[in-house]
Amino acid sequence: MMSKTITLESATLFSTIKHAKEALGFTFLLDITAVDNLNKATPSSGRFELIYILRHNTFKEIQLYKVALGDEDLSIESISSLFGSADWAEREVYDQYGIHFQNHPMLKRILNHNEFVGHPLRKDYEITKGQYCTTSQDLMDEMKPLLDARKLDMNKDELMIVNLGPSHPASHGTIRTLAALDGETIVAAAAEIGYLHRGFEKSCENHNYNQIIPYTDRLNYCSALMNNIAFAKTVEEMLDVTLPDRGIFIRIILSELSRVIDHLVCLAAGLLDMGGQTNYWYLFNPRNDAYDFLSKLTGARLTNSYMRIGGMTHDLYKGWESDLNDVLKKIDFGITESLKMITHNRIYNDRIQNVSPVSASQAIDYGFTGPNLRASGVTYDLRFTDPYYYYDSFDFNMVIGSVGDTYDRMMVRFDEMHESMKIIKQAMKRIPSGEINVPNKDITMPSKESVYGGIEGMMNQFKLVIDGVKVPEGEYYGAFEAANGELGFYIVSDGSGTPYKVKVRPPSFYHMAAYPKIIENYQLADAIMTLGSLNIIAGEMDR
Amino acid sequence: MDLSNTHMLDDAVVTTTIDTVVSWGREASLWPFVFGTACCAIEFMSTAASRYDISRFGAEVLRFSPRHADLLVVAGTVSYKQAPILKQIYDQMPEPKWVIAVGACACTGGFYDNYTTLQGIDEIIPVDVYVAGCPPRPEAILDAVLDIKRQLKREPKFEVRNTDFKGKLDDV
Ligand code: SF4
Repeated sequence: MMSKTITLESATLFSTIKHAKEALGFTFLLDITAVDNLNKATPSSGRFELIYILRHNTFKEIQLYKVALGDEDLSIESISSLFGSADWAEREVYDQYGIHFQNHPMLKRILNHNEFVGHPLRKDYEITKGQYCTTSQDLMDEMKPLLDARKLDMNKDELMIVNLGPSHPASHGTIRTLAALDGETIVAAAAEIGYLHRGFEKSCENHNYNQIIPYTDRLNYCSALMNNIAFAKTVEEMLDVTLPDRGIFIRIILSELSRVIDHLVCLAAGLLDMGGQTNYWYLFNPRNDAYDFLSKLTGARLTNSYMRIGGMTHDLYKGWESDLNDVLKKIDFGITESLKMITHNRIYNDRIQNVSPVSASQAIDYGFTGPNLRASGVTYDLRFTDPYYYYDSFDFNMVIGSVGDTYDRMMVRFDEMHESMKIIKQAMKRIPSGEINVPNKDITMPSKESVYGGIEGMMNQFKLVIDGVKVPEGEYYGAFEAANGELGFYIVSDGSGTPYKVKVRPPSFYHMAAYPKIIENYQLADAIMTLGSLNIIAGEMDR
Repeated sequence: MDLSNTHMLDDAVVTTTIDTVVSWGREASLWPFVFGTACCAIEFMSTAASRYDISRFGAEVLRFSPRHADLLVVAGTVSYKQAPILKQIYDQMPEPKWVIAVGACACTGGFYDNYTTLQGIDEIIPVDVYVAGCPPRPEAILDAVLDIKRQLKREPKFEVRNTDFKGKLDDV
């Protein structure tokens, strides 16, 4: 299966996207990326193509627009006036491919450092060519226009600039925020990311599909298995294969367990930032029990690499049900105890209610997905709107908030954990016996016995290891409801075992883009809580 | 005052060397600064939480200012963009100071052999203990702390360490 794309002229791009948004209902810009055709055997057009991925406001349909750029003029009209989320997306394309966006408000590098020369995702940029960086930028180039727009002056208005991060205990990893303060109140803020840019997309172009699985683990490392599953599922859809039912059920159980773990980490760290250290123990310890279960199953606590294209490495072990039941009980206990401490706690409620609210329309404009979007009251969850893996046959609820403030974002996560545990319990009852992998020798590794015991199995194993799983030529965007929101993979295949291009649609990237805007007019201490509630995972944001 | 029973002081006075006293103190009160950037930092969180409990080894006073810390724990991938920040933090720590590189990324760049990642933090700062793993288990991180303790006992106590180290960012 491949995605349908509409090819446009670069001159008509802006008007076509505008029409799609205003008349056709494609109100959600998911991602923008580019493809470098340099190494393609039969390039269809010029060297660079831009891809715009949009979603319909019913949240079902996806539309891909493709624009070929002329080789002399690598520039195109920016659509950042139509979609808030386009701002950073276009900056990334500029940084990685060197394509200019006319009328973009602040076109500068975003992932690579300011001393970087060249554009790494171009096919002629050598993958191992690192460049040392000696200084960090002061970000005043971004702060100055913000202050000017608000008619503020550093000296006259007695403002103070505070820099948070990229190494700050409350900056959750490697995020940098620069805030201009009037007293305690933030009047303008700018954020810098890219400190954990690890070249995921470039690495993908140099590894075969199964070798990419360990890299996906490290996107959102708080729910590694879910990234495995999302990637494998996308490639399987390109191959037009579906897993046997037992494989699907294992994936459902592990996805939902990962969602719970992800939310546990988010809430534990968020409450710790607020001074609720006891909550940290209550929420963090059951997570350790879940890790015990996962390491018994997959051999690793955090970075499991358990999935493969077309299935997974092995079946569940004997006695997994009682272990998992035990884990669920402990998680339930942790959540209950934690909720007892905060539900009627005035400090908790007063500190985060009505802080940094995001309205439904704003959230869609920013490109929010997942719990952060649902907190704003938008009923979008891929498990409901475009169900995969039998999700429509489970009895569970979509959790939504009302005002989209920090409180809603945290409480939606608390409730989602209950819903996920409901799904796990139902799936444990319904899981059938049988095969777990796609019965296709071009996709699934042969069994150990046949590799060691026969020439056919050995050859088969050799071909799969050396060439990889061959994916038919074409391009495809696959989406998955991950713990943080819509995790998408846009993959271009040239028919070989190595992808020609992979682009992740990372939920955290878009949440982070909105962060400096939504903390404005709130206090610095509130911003810390807001950052925690957005659950920014740097690995996934910077890739 | 009768001075004939000075033997009673035997239990109250200990004679030792100043070095032993200093390392006895240092060893039981390492103050880590956690430079956590990626997945390995999540495993460091587990190390600090109650199951593994780093406080059993006297290293639970996590400092978030480098000026208060004497043990730098680098847990996670360090990109070229991040490198000057790591260097600055290391330079801000007072002597004596020790460094643990947690995980494949901090040790060698790990499987990010590409244009983004510093191929091991020892290109810019000196490292005392390397911890293998991707990520290492919490026990391995604890073992590294114990290693530092053993190491500091053997070292001269009043000298600045690693004076001859020269990193890639040192003369720029
Ligand atoms: S060593 Fe592995 S787990 Fe640790 S930061 Fe690097 S990729 Fe992540």
